[in-house]
Amino acid sequence: MTTTSAPTAPPRPKRRPGDRLFAGAARGSGIFILLVLAGVAAFLISEALPALTASSEEIPGGEGLSSYIGPLVLGTLLGAVLALLVATPLAVGIALYITYYAPRRIASGMGYLIDLLAAIPSVVYGFWGLAVLAPKLVPFHEWAADALGFIPFFAGPASTSGRTMFTVGLVLAVMILPIISAISREVFSQAPALHREAALALGATRWEMIRIAVLPYGKSGVIAGAMLGLGRALGETMAVAIVLSGGAGATLNLISNSNPSTIASNIALKFPEATGIGVNTLIASGLVLFLITLVVNMLARWVVNRRADFSGAN
Amino acid sequence: MSIDTQPAPQPTTRDRGPVAVHRRLPKFAPPGLFLAGVALGAALSALTGFSIATAIVYGVVLGTLAVYIASRSVEGRRKATDRLVTSLVTTAFAIAMVPLVSLIYTVLDKGLPRFDSAFFTNSMFRVVGEGGGAYHAILGTVIITLLTTLISVPIGLMTAIYLVEYGTGRLKQAITFFVDVMTGIPSIVAGLFAFALFTLLFGNDVRLGVMGAVALSVLMIPVVVRSCEEVLKLVPNELREASYALGVSKWRTVVKVVLPTAIAGLGTGITLSVARVIGETAPLLVTVGLITGTNLNPFDGRMATLPVFAFYQLTQPGTATQAFIDRAWTAALVLIILVMALNVVARLISRFFAPKTSR
Repeated sequence: MTTTSAPTAPPRPKRRPGDRLFAGAARGSGIFILLVLAGVAAFLISEALPALTASSEEIPGGEGLSSYIGPLVLGTLLGAVLALLVATPLAVGIALYITYYAPRRIASGMGYLIDLLAAIPSVVYGFWGLAVLAPKLVPFHEWAADALGFIPFFAGPASTSGRTMFTVGLVLAVMILPIISAISREVFSQAPALHREAALALGATRWEMIRIAVLPYGKSGVIAGAMLGLGRALGETMAVAIVLSGGAGATLNLISNSNPSTIASNIALKFPEATGIGVNTLIASGLVLFLITLVVNMLARWVVNRRADFSGAN
Repeated sequence: MSIDTQPAPQPTTRDRGPVAVHRRLPKFAPPGLFLAGVALGAALSALTGFSIATAIVYGVVLGTLAVYIASRSVEGRRKATDRLVTSLVTTAFAIAMVPLVSLIYTVLDKGLPRFDSAFFTNSMFRVVGEGGGAYHAILGTVIITLLTTLISVPIGLMTAIYLVEYGTGRLKQAITFFVDVMTGIPSIVAGLFAFALFTLLFGNDVRLGVMGAVALSVLMIPVVVRSCEEVLKLVPNELREASYALGVSKWRTVVKVVLPTAIAGLGTGITLSVARVIGETAPLLVTVGLITGTNLNPFDGRMATLPVFAFYQLTQPGTATQAFIDRAWTAALVLIILVMALNVVARLISRFFAPKTSR
């Protein structure tokens, strides 16, 4: 017979100084990142404050802060939403092609090709948009002004250089394509194999299988990817700064020579020469951009995380 | 036992119900029809003034329509829809390839004329026309990127270690969430942050290389955290437990067991995050500026960097316009080569330093 003695308290792990130091450093780095994010907001606010309190005559343009930033916000949203409308259907198609249509052996290589689009620096996209895409789109601009002129977006007169909001939207669409398609690809490939096989076993064609088993599963992933792409397009600077001939007031016209600039490109173009209250005004517009992208990104992450909880429960 | 070698009786489709009527297009029909449609499209384009773009657009639309109509009349609605989606999805992929090919071709075409030794050995000091190069800008980019890496990797790696090895509860959730949010900060906002920070510290109109490094770090840290976190999560728990069972302390387990196991993935992730920031232009534009001479000290005044150099060469050319534009394209070409080289290095790292799973 063995008597089991009452279990003593488990030995407390010895805390060595090295352990404490290392854990502290790791924890400290994490907290530091939170501080940096808070710092971004705090420093932007502190530098934007002079512009917020300045009288409206001092602001560049002479009509106050909101009428300076307003057209920029419109331009930013216009370009980004156009990019999103073009890129999302394409990206979903690409993701479906790579996950379910392309021959297995070369599918990963094709995914790599799409990822290459994300690796190209944005300034190079600007060069390409200015030198190749804008001239190529001039005929389309003319056609759109003739045929679609009754829509406010295509009211014309058509630009002869092609450096319009429409061209910018297409360049941005190419830039956010890899982001949306990467996330869509991931969720599509995670669609449960049993659902897919069940659909096929019931006689579904490939498209019917995708419609009933893959798309419902991947929907929130596509939405999240699109919002991340939107965040990227809102903040894109150099490509817009190079391609767009902006600076005109608020207009919805996508194809004329007078376009509203975007927040980010306006900062990039004006900042190097700005002085005094002009700098503060630009930083205030940067703060607005920061808040817009912050909201969009937080929404996107919220959608992603909600989905992660959901699929974890299954 | 005799085996019946009679050929199977021909199915008489007329007598069967609709279920057994299973007609399919022969295998060569869809591509054939598609090509016929493309040819028709090219002809149509030729009628209205030939151009490659309209020929391709008309051709793909007509080809897709031909396949759809044929399939619809022979195979029925469901199969036709399936074929339609197949060609739509394939077209989507093909459309995405157009800008990639066009962009790489254009950069090579316009960048190669000045891709000479002078470009890599001369700066723009006292150059107003032809000649000159990006020696100063390339070195500036390398220095600022190295500085960025020095700031970002320790912070990013330690945060990833915290999230995987130590983190619990609210703080871990908050860090994970805000790191994700931080990946979406616009690059120009990161630049403005660094500008505001250094303006408060050192007064107005300060331009330093290290400001650019700080701005780029804001962009790079979240990328490092995410990629390192993913890799550290892959290290099997058995390795950690074996180490603890031998009485090794936790931090030595992390340093001597976890990190060496994950070294290939960490190297790949960090290299890719360097590739992500090396082409950033906007933050450097507002924090580092540009000079024509060579400045290798990031703590003293403006520096030249390759992306900003390319931007100003293109947008603010001097009197010899073509020389400036040529330099801009060559700078863009060098930038793409740098990014691609980093991507290749990342792949090589993951191939050659991968943990040996079996002997």
